[in-house]
Amino acid sequence: MEIRFILNQKQVAVDAAPDAVLMNVLRDLGCKSVKCGCETTNCGLCTVWIDGKSRLSCSVLAAGVAGREVTTLEGVEEEAAEFGRFLAEEGAEQCGFCSPGFIMNVLAMVKEFEERDAASGSGVWDIEEIKEYLAGNLCRCTGYMGQLRAIQNYMAERRGAAEGREMKEVQA
Amino acid sequence: MTREKMSDLSYVNHPVPKVDSESLVTGKAVYTNDLAPSDCLIVKIVRSPYAHALIKEIDTARACAVPGIECVLTYKDCPDKRFTLAGQTYPEPSPYDRLILDQRMRFVGDAAAIVAGVSEEAVRKAMKLVRIKYEVLEPVLDFRKAKDNPVLVHPEDNWRSLCSVGADNKRNLCAHDECGEGDIDAVIASCDYVVDRVYHTKANQQAMMETFRTYTYLDAYGRLNVVSSTQVPFHVRRILANALDIPKHRVRVIKPRIGGGFGAKQTSVSEIYPAIVTWKTGRPAKIIFTREEALTASSPRHEMELHVRVGADKDGRIRGIDLHTLSNTGAFGEHGPTTVGLSGHKSIPLYGKTDAFRFTYDVVYTNVMSAGAYRGYGATQGIFAVESAVNELAEKMGMDPTVLREKNLVREGQVMPAYYNERTDSCALDRCLARAKEMIGWDRKYPFYECGNGKVRGVGVAMAMQGSGISHVDTGSVAIKMNDDGFYSLMVGATDMGTGCDTILAQMAAECLECSMEDIVVHGVDTDISPYDTGSYASSTTYVTGMAVVKTCEKLRGKICSVGAGYLGCQAEDVQFDGVNVTNLKNGESISRKEIGNKVMCFSNEALSASEAFSSPTSPPPFMAGIAEVEIDKETGEVEMVDYAAVVDCGTVVNPALARVQVEGGIAQGIGMALFEDIVYNEKGKNYSNSFMQYKIPSRLDVGRIRVEFESSYEPTGPFGAKSIGEIVINTPSPAIANAVQNAAGVIIRELPITAEKVYMGMMEKKKE
Repeated sequence: MEIRFILNQKQVAVDAAPDAVLMNVLRDLGCKSVKCGCETTNCGLCTVWIDGKSRLSCSVLAAGVAGREVTTLEGVEEEAAEFGRFLAEEGAEQCGFCSPGFIMNVLAMVKEFEERDAASGSGVWDIEEIKEYLAGNLCRCTGYMGQLRAIQNYMAERRGAAEGREMKEVQA
Repeated sequence: MTREKMSDLSYVNHPVPKVDSESLVTGKAVYTNDLAPSDCLIVKIVRSPYAHALIKEIDTARACAVPGIECVLTYKDCPDKRFTLAGQTYPEPSPYDRLILDQRMRFVGDAAAIVAGVSEEAVRKAMKLVRIKYEVLEPVLDFRKAKDNPVLVHPEDNWRSLCSVGADNKRNLCAHDECGEGDIDAVIASCDYVVDRVYHTKANQQAMMETFRTYTYLDAYGRLNVVSSTQVPFHVRRILANALDIPKHRVRVIKPRIGGGFGAKQTSVSEIYPAIVTWKTGRPAKIIFTREEALTASSPRHEMELHVRVGADKDGRIRGIDLHTLSNTGAFGEHGPTTVGLSGHKSIPLYGKTDAFRFTYDVVYTNVMSAGAYRGYGATQGIFAVESAVNELAEKMGMDPTVLREKNLVREGQVMPAYYNERTDSCALDRCLARAKEMIGWDRKYPFYECGNGKVRGVGVAMAMQGSGISHVDTGSVAIKMNDDGFYSLMVGATDMGTGCDTILAQMAAECLECSMEDIVVHGVDTDISPYDTGSYASSTTYVTGMAVVKTCEKLRGKICSVGAGYLGCQAEDVQFDGVNVTNLKNGESISRKEIGNKVMCFSNEALSASEAFSSPTSPPPFMAGIAEVEIDKETGEVEMVDYAAVVDCGTVVNPALARVQVEGGIAQGIGMALFEDIVYNEKGKNYSNSFMQYKIPSRLDVGRIRVEFESSYEPTGPFGAKSIGEIVINTPSPAIANAVQNAAGVIIRELPITAEKVYMGMMEKKKE
């Protein structure tokens, strides 16, 4: 069957079996960042965004994304590289196999939290909340501590940059 | 090598980001399955449903008839010459007990047939159509009853052991040895306090995120090219030549980026299957292990039962340690004879004042999945037992377990009789323990404190050691060449599996050659091109291959000086190379590295390259202390990690960021081993722990806080004073957490994992008393 959807801001049409899983279809379309680590929805490696929300592409039928917008790490390369620098500073990308799924979920989380903060005016992020948001992203190399340090440094810099912008606006 | 001032170093001892980090964090196609050609045949394995059986008939006709099927292979298609899948230096201590496919099935999941076809669907369909008639045999499932059992796992006559490791397939024995010093029985008999206990550690899965995978193809010369997620490319070349019974020069092995290894990929788990398909059909082929296969037909940690006797005098001097280890190697002997040795040789020497020790062991075959190498490699099991026994001894004596250790721990300059009489030239174990106590607030918290909500928190301690490479065996060689504009190519045979060895070896090269990291390109492993290296295992890379980098750079610097002097028209003795220029000290004339690099490419009789190897007669141990703080729910027995303080002496820390993550990652894995991970078989030998639903590895909510510090000694035989870091880090959590449970709840758990049920039942027992 033919399935049309938007992949990384581009319209695509693929011929896929009705039981084709999104993860495999995305890899066949060249999105090699999408990895499989478990087949039982435990590991989070295959995380992509469907209409901007994190989803496990191993448990979504390709047919289900018809007409929707799918984003993989290839579609957010700049943001991934930006956060990735913080990860690399900690040495916390390690083998890198879980990095794409993890980074997709981190970027989704940061976006979600920042939108919430903008609405509520608060800006305090609880570490426990971060850990819970990312609990479905397994990593066997790092023990998670370095990932958390990278997230905190990344968020601090974003906040600093945002405050810097506000300051400039005030001065202007 | 002279002792450097750490502050003078530009790259070593700095947290340099990994050289491959950018491609990893942007999800580039750098792993085996990303690189495999799209026209690869898909290879899958039909696996035995029985723990022990003989194939009486196997009919592949219907499977072969499925459209798209290229071949279905059975034991009749495979050479009848046994080999081992263990990635070890030849002659391997692991017995030659394997065939690619065998008529005898030795565990549930053993390979019965190989199916290859153009699509996943065709192969799956064909797998169901392979008709196999089994004669089901009685399995050996209890490793305590395996030795001299009438049922033999390997009765075949062409089984062979290449090394004298005490193996005897007619007794289900994969290895046996005894060693010791002094009269241990007399010493134990005369001790004021003796603990005599049995501990049990389970098989554990490495559970690296990238499962086993390989693709193969024939090149223009008709050679078998193998791209594989492996820690041991050079050993894989030999293993495949053995398995296919072809000359080694017909095989080339390439290692791309690897999604984690932890020792799992020190066994050639997946390579033989696509290799035989490509060799027979001439077509490219690939196998990707499912997670289920990676959890049921792989190379987990050896299950061990360890009987410890430890005795001390009334002042707390530990006078003798007696250890007997029974190790379960499963259906095949990969790493069986060698892992067991570490259970004694890396645990007993932690105590430096003993009058006697004894260490004996048996390694047995059984009809469960074959064991293999997993970070810690037997030391982890031995240290759980010996450290737990010392903690029980402390309780028996009414002594703080850290104080008992302070009285006895091995110190710098001591000779370790149980560690092949090696002397510790670098050891900061005393400082590690002192600092870990400070970090956790031991004196305040020991043994426990009430939280007031039905919960109690306790602290527990353990120490550990490991080695740095295998002495007299591991060999690392390195080649560096200078290119135009003076940039360097660093060729290594050591296999970066995500740990960052490509980076730390480049850091050392940049330090030695006084250039920037950008001036060095690192080439991953290709057995046709890379200089020989035993591979990345046994905590060898930083120490062994690192020294090879230092030696190679020294040689290359000499060559650069002599070539530069030639261009300057002076003697090599008169010039100095500062990394950028070769300068004639007599007249100040100089020529830049860039110019030299370009000049040697024209009318030159000198290749500006160097290659050196390093192997060590010793294996300097890193040391560490770990202290766990756990919270126990008194109603349910649930154990939750609160805090973990780890202090490591790995000599000079080559890359503080990468070393820290090694420690944090190893401790998290160790927490998994201590609290959750268990491979469970039913009474017929079926493995229930076949997905991440059943085999639970820690998530970020399960590990509490992990804090790491370094207390560095300086290892005079290592590069820049460095020792190893990769394995030691998994050794302390199990005994430290068990000790924290002991101190918090008064319950001693001697069989891992420490589940809520075990703790709860222990608390109930205690209430009855």
